Amino acid sequence: MIVRELELDLDAFEGPFDLLLTLVLKDELDLVEIDVAAIVLAFLERLAERDALDLDACGEFLVLISALLELKARGLFPEEAAELAELEPEAAAEELARRLAEYRRMKEAAAWLRERLEVEGDRYFRMGPAPLTPKVEPQLAPHDPARLAAAMRVLATPPPDVSLAHMALRFPPVTQFLERFRSVLRRRSRFDFDQEVAELSRIEQAVAFLALLELRREGEISIDQAAPFAPIRISRTDVEREDSWTLRSA
Amino acid sequence: MDAPLRLIAANPLDQLAKTVEALLVVASAPLTAAELAEAAADDPERVEAALGLVSERYREGRSGIVLEHVAGGWAFRASREAADACARMIEKPAQRNLSQAALETLAIVAYLGPCTRPDVARIRGVAADSAVASLLERGLISEAGRDDASGGAIRYRTTPLFERVFGLESLSQLPRLDDLGADVDEIRDRLNAVAEKRTA
Repeated sequence: MIVRELELDLDAFEGPFDLLLTLVLKDELDLVEIDVAAIVLAFLERLAERDALDLDACGEFLVLISALLELKARGLFPEEAAELAELEPEAAAEELARRLAEYRRMKEAAAWLRERLEVEGDRYFRMGPAPLTPKVEPQLAPHDPARLAAAMRVLATPPPDVSLAHMALRFPPVTQFLERFRSVLRRRSRFDFDQEVAELSRIEQAVAFLALLELRREGEISIDQAAPFAPIRISRTDVEREDSWTLRSA
Repeated sequence: MDAPLRLIAANPLDQLAKTVEALLVVASAPLTAAELAEAAADDPERVEAALGLVSERYREGRSGIVLEHVAGGWAFRASREAADACARMIEKPAQRNLSQAALETLAIVAYLGPCTRPDVARIRGVAADSAVASLLERGLISEAGRDDASGGAIRYRTTPLFERVFGLESLSQLPRLDDLGADVDEIRDRLNAVAEKRTA
């Protein structure tokens, strides 16, 4: 009988024993999930099927299963295993006894709590959040009254007057530029918009452009621009009539 | 001249007792004498005396309401006679189906708290995660900061609700740990006996 080939049918694993060991050693199977007792049972069943006692198999199995158990125990109590391993046998026994006593006391305490619960279980009381009035606690540190007064004075100063400068912005009438462009066009058949308005303010330039659009809408001029931001060229429509003009102005 | 004399003679403690009674009836958690004194804007010692009056009025068996000293404060509860009726109407989620694991964990937290999950696991020998989670959900324990020593594990302690559910005035009412369970020597002797049997 070969122990390695022992077929297992566990909750977490199904297959030969040596595959289980391989998976465990590769950390691909968590030992916590493995029922070691079930492996022992499977082995004993196989052993029982044969009349002769296979000492070699038993020995090998014992070595493997004990190694597995130790791995599992260490996995379950990583800290404890390390702590106890460092202790001398007597000290370890002492430690074990101390822990057992501690646990037993806690078990007794739990039993006391259970009894208490049975006795006190018929006490009904109101439960729920306690919406108590929040206590207002002054968080202010003591301050020098003179400094407080100074701070108050800063706040009491009237704020500076709001500038109304922008309200004075005057938009020149569009008609002014309509006249101007028409008179230019009477003298010249075409002109450069940028050059014509170069001397004007930003606002005037904007209104001039509106006038341009107005003239274009009236069909008096055609507007041409080679590329975005390129100079805008204006021409009288009677001159440009034959050209295929396109409006690509800004 | 009779009426004003009566006013002067009226027992002011009785008046305070009424205030205390009123505060206790609106509170949903036990109130300490200090809290009552602050709310009633009165002297703590006089509040204690007033509490004596109210306790007498709401003694077990005298009324459907009982005043009890619990969880470090004072609170009204239903009388035990009404327990069956209360049980038909009111659920007790905090204490229903407490498992053995949860009770042991609760005992450990009550005695050793604030303590961490690893502390509980060390004593019980198995992971305490689900027991701790269940107790947290029931409101019997709560988080109490982190442990500096063991990598910042969360520490837990029992809540006032724990004391209330178990009818404790305070944690000091728990039985002394030394009085519980066997001592170390007895367990060691038993371990040794088993060891000797095996080598024999």
